[in-house]
Amino acid sequence: MSFHPAMDYGRGRHQSARALPDTGPAFVFTADRRAKLEEICARYPADQRKSAILAALYLAQDQQGYLTQNAMRHVAEAIGCTPAQVEDVVSFYTMFYTRPVGRHVLQVCRTLSCALMGAERVTEELANALHVRPGETDASGEFTLLEVECLGACDRAPVVGVNDHWHECQRPEDAKALIDGLRAKGAASLTGCYLAVEKK
Amino acid sequence: MTDLYLTKHIREAHSYTLGFYLKQGGYGALKKALTMTPAAVIDAVKASGLRGRGGAGFPTGMKWGFVDQKSGKPRYLCCNADESEPGTFKDHVLMERNPHLLFEGCLIGCHAIGAKVAYIYIRGEFAHVQDVLEAELAEARKAGYIGKNILGTGFDCEIHMHRGAGAYEAGEETALIESLEGKRAQPRLKPPFPAVEGLYGCPTAVNNVETLCNVPLIIEKGPEWFAGIGPEKNTGPKLYCVSGHVARPGTYEAPMTVTMRDLIFDPKYAGGIRDGRKLKAVIPGGSSVPVLLPDQLDIPASFDGVAQAGSLLGSAGIIVMDDTTCMVWAAENLLHFYKHESCGKCTPCREGGDWLHRILGKIERGEGQMKDLDLLLSVSNNILGKTLCAFGDAAATPVLSTIKTFRAEYEAHIREGRCTVPAPWRARTKAAAHHA
Repeated sequence: MSFHPAMDYGRGRHQSARALPDTGPAFVFTADRRAKLEEICARYPADQRKSAILAALYLAQDQQGYLTQNAMRHVAEAIGCTPAQVEDVVSFYTMFYTRPVGRHVLQVCRTLSCALMGAERVTEELANALHVRPGETDASGEFTLLEVECLGACDRAPVVGVNDHWHECQRPEDAKALIDGLRAKGAASLTGCYLAVEKK
Repeated sequence: MTDLYLTKHIREAHSYTLGFYLKQGGYGALKKALTMTPAAVIDAVKASGLRGRGGAGFPTGMKWGFVDQKSGKPRYLCCNADESEPGTFKDHVLMERNPHLLFEGCLIGCHAIGAKVAYIYIRGEFAHVQDVLEAELAEARKAGYIGKNILGTGFDCEIHMHRGAGAYEAGEETALIESLEGKRAQPRLKPPFPAVEGLYGCPTAVNNVETLCNVPLIIEKGPEWFAGIGPEKNTGPKLYCVSGHVARPGTYEAPMTVTMRDLIFDPKYAGGIRDGRKLKAVIPGGSSVPVLLPDQLDIPASFDGVAQAGSLLGSAGIIVMDDTTCMVWAAENLLHFYKHESCGKCTPCREGGDWLHRILGKIERGEGQMKDLDLLLSVSNNILGKTLCAFGDAAATPVLSTIKTFRAEYEAHIREGRCTVPAPWRARTKAAAHHA
């Protein structure tokens, strides 16, 4: 921790927000995920399996929904590194979850281009519709609302990422429609990327 | 209509497929490059004047020329597809609609520097783009453009995808390498530069997607043709991303003779400010560069043209703000980004970014004091130039530049204890109602 002589610190600042991930149930990759991991490891030199750590974590998250200590230990074994090295990586990247999330993770882009087009209002309406605050999962356990930084779709602002899919030009007044659409038809209700003209 | 080279076919159905690409003469440049010596390829890229499209504008041929050929270690090419500079979305278009152009660029690059493997580091949020790339890589491999003995020439080269997981910092070349090695995306102390010690300690070239996509054009049509497009030292076709308060936000291709004003106002590009409002400010090169005012836009949108106007072309992510935009709010928004995305390695950026965001938040909430402006400048100037990578400068720039250009707005904010700019989106935000 460092100090600026003129900085007003107030109270409760600079407290570490680090919380240990859940231990979770016993975790082992399914056979097909393990095979997929070995396939990815083969992309790197034989002595550089650690390069596949992000891929291994994606596979673990795909299997269990979020990453637990047991999952991280298993990833460490599969990769051949220490659990601490795995947690080091998990805690750095924003796309790994260490708490359970809903089936649909709504990621509203909050950075400037989207904010100029009303992203704050989109978040607010989605939060109202789901009765949650950003960062929380709704009572049904189906939706998690997150505010994220630039998704790289600034020309279709405000953009909402839903798991690995995109929903473009989301208007605040359509918050309920987005949620109802996901409930009824899942990812098929999303706009997808406007460039994928074949799917239109 | 300007001739298009990178984005000519992007709106056509199945433009991303190998069959479509071959019909346009695809992989012809690779065939030609493989008949040339690596040194001749590098010389052609040098002669074309191609400058890196990722942000720094460094000459690509020179970068490849630096790759150490004497170490005896394997060499690597990394394609930086981590496109995450706010306001930038051009590489996404190329990857999703013209992926084989990128593969061809990677293969020619590998031939030039003597690499057998290229990694395309794509940001985690581009999952749907990665699906396209993986499928097309498999097609190209099946057709013999990637793998062993390419086109019967004895040239072996593999291209692999590597997915990131949400880190702006991974766009910095040494941080990208760290992330590829399976670590946190934090930058390294330079030197040694990646050209000498990069991925796995081996000589490495890191190039942006758009940069590599230009390489097949240079080989196919010749460096003289490429150098003839655009002004001197700013050659070749360029992609511009226009977003914010414009009528037609999107990616536009133009030579770098095009002016900033045309990109924003010409109906063939972004088509002017939406809802008939007035232009207030433009960030011309992704969120990390100084703002330009409406009377500063009659400049060529080239690396040198924008630099002469006191800003940077950067990644050519042009963010346009109309007269309803509060610049304190905009700066706070950007500093939230930089605070969140700082990798935490260097103290000035990690701590300073957080301070700047908190002070801006205080002013934005109407609780600021005049002395906070000096504090903002002091903190910013203590970040500027004092970090391992350019991220620190990027975080300090929005604050320094908006205070320099819109100081009166900051002062009004502090004096009145509220925002004095009419901002429809903000005013409609219930959470912000108490100070609107």
